[in-house]
Amino acid sequence: MPGNLVPGEFLVDIDYERCRRCKRCVLNCGFGAFDFKDRTVADSSKCVACHRCVAFCPEDAITVTRNPLAFRENASWDVNLRKMIWKQAETSGIMLTGMGNDLPWLNVFDHLLIDACQVTNPSIDPLREPMELRTYLGKKPAKLKVGKDDGHYRLETPVAKNLKLDVPIMFSPMSYGAVSLNTHRALAIAAERLGTVMNTGEGGLHKELYPYGDHIIVQCASGRFGVHSEYLNAGVAVEIKIGQGAKPGIGGHLPGEKIGRDVSSTRMIPVGTDALSPAPHHDIYSIEDLRQLIYALKEASGYKPLSVKIATVHNVAAICSGIARAGADIIYLDGFRGGSGATPTVIRDHVGIPLEIALAVVDERLRQEGIRNEVSIIAAGGIRCAADVAKAIALGADAVAIGTAALIALGCRVCQKCYTGNCSWGICTQRPELTARLDPDWGAERLVNLVNSWAHELQEVLGALGVNAIESLRGNRERLRALGLDSTTMEILDVQPAGR
Amino acid sequence: MAFGDQYRKWNVDREKVPSACGLSGVISQDGHMISGDVIIESMGVMRDRGNGLGAGYAGYGIYPNHKDLYAIHVMFEDEAGKKACESLLNENMEVQEAGEIPTSPNPHIEGAPLLWRYFAQPREDIRKTQEIGAEDFMVRLVMNINTTVSGTFVFSSGKNMGVFKAVGFAEDVGAFYRLPDYSGYTWIGHTRFPTNTPGWWGGAHPFNILDWAVVHNGEISSYGINKRYLEMFGYQCTLLTDTEVMAYLFDLLIRKHGLPLEIACKVLAAPFWQDIDEEGDPAEKELLEAIRATYGSALVNGPFAVLVGYSRGMIGLNDRIKLRPLVAAYKDDYLYVASEESAIRQICPTPDRVWAPPAGRPVVGELKGDA
Repeated sequence: MPGNLVPGEFLVDIDYERCRRCKRCVLNCGFGAFDFKDRTVADSSKCVACHRCVAFCPEDAITVTRNPLAFRENASWDVNLRKMIWKQAETSGIMLTGMGNDLPWLNVFDHLLIDACQVTNPSIDPLREPMELRTYLGKKPAKLKVGKDDGHYRLETPVAKNLKLDVPIMFSPMSYGAVSLNTHRALAIAAERLGTVMNTGEGGLHKELYPYGDHIIVQCASGRFGVHSEYLNAGVAVEIKIGQGAKPGIGGHLPGEKIGRDVSSTRMIPVGTDALSPAPHHDIYSIEDLRQLIYALKEASGYKPLSVKIATVHNVAAICSGIARAGADIIYLDGFRGGSGATPTVIRDHVGIPLEIALAVVDERLRQEGIRNEVSIIAAGGIRCAADVAKAIALGADAVAIGTAALIALGCRVCQKCYTGNCSWGICTQRPELTARLDPDWGAERLVNLVNSWAHELQEVLGALGVNAIESLRGNRERLRALGLDSTTMEILDVQPAGR
Repeated sequence: MAFGDQYRKWNVDREKVPSACGLSGVISQDGHMISGDVIIESMGVMRDRGNGLGAGYAGYGIYPNHKDLYAIHVMFEDEAGKKACESLLNENMEVQEAGEIPTSPNPHIEGAPLLWRYFAQPREDIRKTQEIGAEDFMVRLVMNINTTVSGTFVFSSGKNMGVFKAVGFAEDVGAFYRLPDYSGYTWIGHTRFPTNTPGWWGGAHPFNILDWAVVHNGEISSYGINKRYLEMFGYQCTLLTDTEVMAYLFDLLIRKHGLPLEIACKVLAAPFWQDIDEEGDPAEKELLEAIRATYGSALVNGPFAVLVGYSRGMIGLNDRIKLRPLVAAYKDDYLYVASEESAIRQICPTPDRVWAPPAGRPVVGELKGDA
């Protein structure tokens, strides 16, 4: 019997007329798809289409194509389903994958159109007029009391600490251990330069990055890796991670191979042991338990803004109302397209609801209950471009977080093999020969460029809308129209169809 | 929605048209009484700023004989609405006088609804059961009538003041309502070139709640979020236009939140971050930062020039980058604010001072202490 019934997904072709046998491809492939005998040979079955070899071949001698192997078409039995069955029949394992949901579910963002001014109200030119993106995250008073002292108006209402962002775009949590230290370095440097924040994810914060603390949210997840008093005070805000869009309701597993000396000391676990994050926090089995942890962490951190991150599941509006009432200052919504370093395919692709819908219902619920000012909302999980940022903010987000987009800026090809630890681009790996490939300064510059270009695009959108401050777009669904959405979805989004 | 029927019935086949509006206001800070003629004359020179689809006025100090009662002006599509509304009024208010609002037939004013006026005060027994103050009680009642009684619209609900509005040009509307028969210490007027709502009697300016009356030239680009913000505080925007949010925001910020007028104006036309960052006084900076962070959803963005009347005064305000015209002038104790200087000079040929108020800086005229 053949050992492996699953045909490779890609074909690697080497043009031997061009190849100078420099072996760069052999060295660069993190997945061992190349070998050198008397000439370079490729094992196509190992190729993940990460393009590292293509990018580094000085002779343009390598071509990667989709395996054209024909399958009998069958609308029910998609080829990917057949491949999964072959793999599971072989291994009896749970199918693992990386990044976010890749099934062609309806993308609501792609069915929303943004308004612009014509005649009756003037558009504003962001190159000539101020166009403000500054955003404050955290609890706001319902109203201010202003008194007069010696002829000057003075604020009399105490205002809680807020997180100040120069752009309403932050970097989403990606743990050190899942991603490399150089990735964390690049994110931290970029966050500082952009006046925004990165988020540690659940793996603690490497000591070297403490100086960037004013631009870091420190996370406390169910595994409590690397959580200690100094850590909780190292950042500008603290986040309790309840769930993740790519794997709502389940825990995490960072394999022992990824736990080297630095990851070990940062996470406070022995070298080489698996880092297992339980599915629930073992001290949170109810909303009142969450409240206790929120206040414990606030006490420990000197009352910095406290964020609670959840995956968007069916009952998200009621859950968020509870989180707000439990004392959180920020709610981080991770939509079902959110990414991950490793997640079961069945969970990633079939559990949760779209960010756009969750955002709309959460914003509306908090308004109905009169507590929208108590919490800020971060929208994440499927933010791909400046248009998505604008639409998310119009639906009610205070800011967005980007993970996959940031990694793509660093070279990621979305090959979805993050869970293998072989990332050829040095991002999602701990293999020293691979992590060394990512220069933090080069990466930071690319991240800064990406966010700055989105910020400029956002300013253009605001100008076209005839407003000059981001808060005039926030929750302003009046400036969105739907094209090709069903009436129930439009009702839930509170967005009119195009033409109305 | 109660208004929807009325709105559709009266506006079949009318399409959106380009926008422009004209506004004018005058206050005597010594409390001299000004005849309604004056404001009509001022509005008359800005005929081109309207298109005959709506105009209106608000006068303050016009009901000295009933100055302690709420003067409730209502338009009814039919007798059924009147009956339903009056039963709500009688349930909640002690109505001391009721009658038609005096009008004169005018060939240019057509399709008038029934126009009635009630002088009344809240019934204490009812108000106490709701455990709210008289003003909140009135707001709740007005919102209730406007959203539940079909074809009925309360368009004025303050004390010793009144709003008069109709579909027509400003001078015709003024004559129709016999404004020369009234005199007040403050008048504001408006003529419309409707865009967002076609000509509909209820949609003409001023928009009013309690003694706040707002006339507005502009299009509020932040309408969607301003509306949703107001809804959190129980306001329901029912008039199919963006100007009402301006009236409700003034009511919310000044009456309910107790913000000083200048601070409320900094909410509506917020200073820019670059100016806040350069502010030398840390306490002032902290205040401005808190205003923007707390009241971002109440920032009124997009072009506007607005005149707001209230019992003690009148405010003129432009948006934060002055995208609509607004001119002001002083003559003795009189403050004039209008879209065009011509509208001021028509009624005050030799002002002491004329200026264009800068973006986002309110011009305020208030009755002097004993006036």
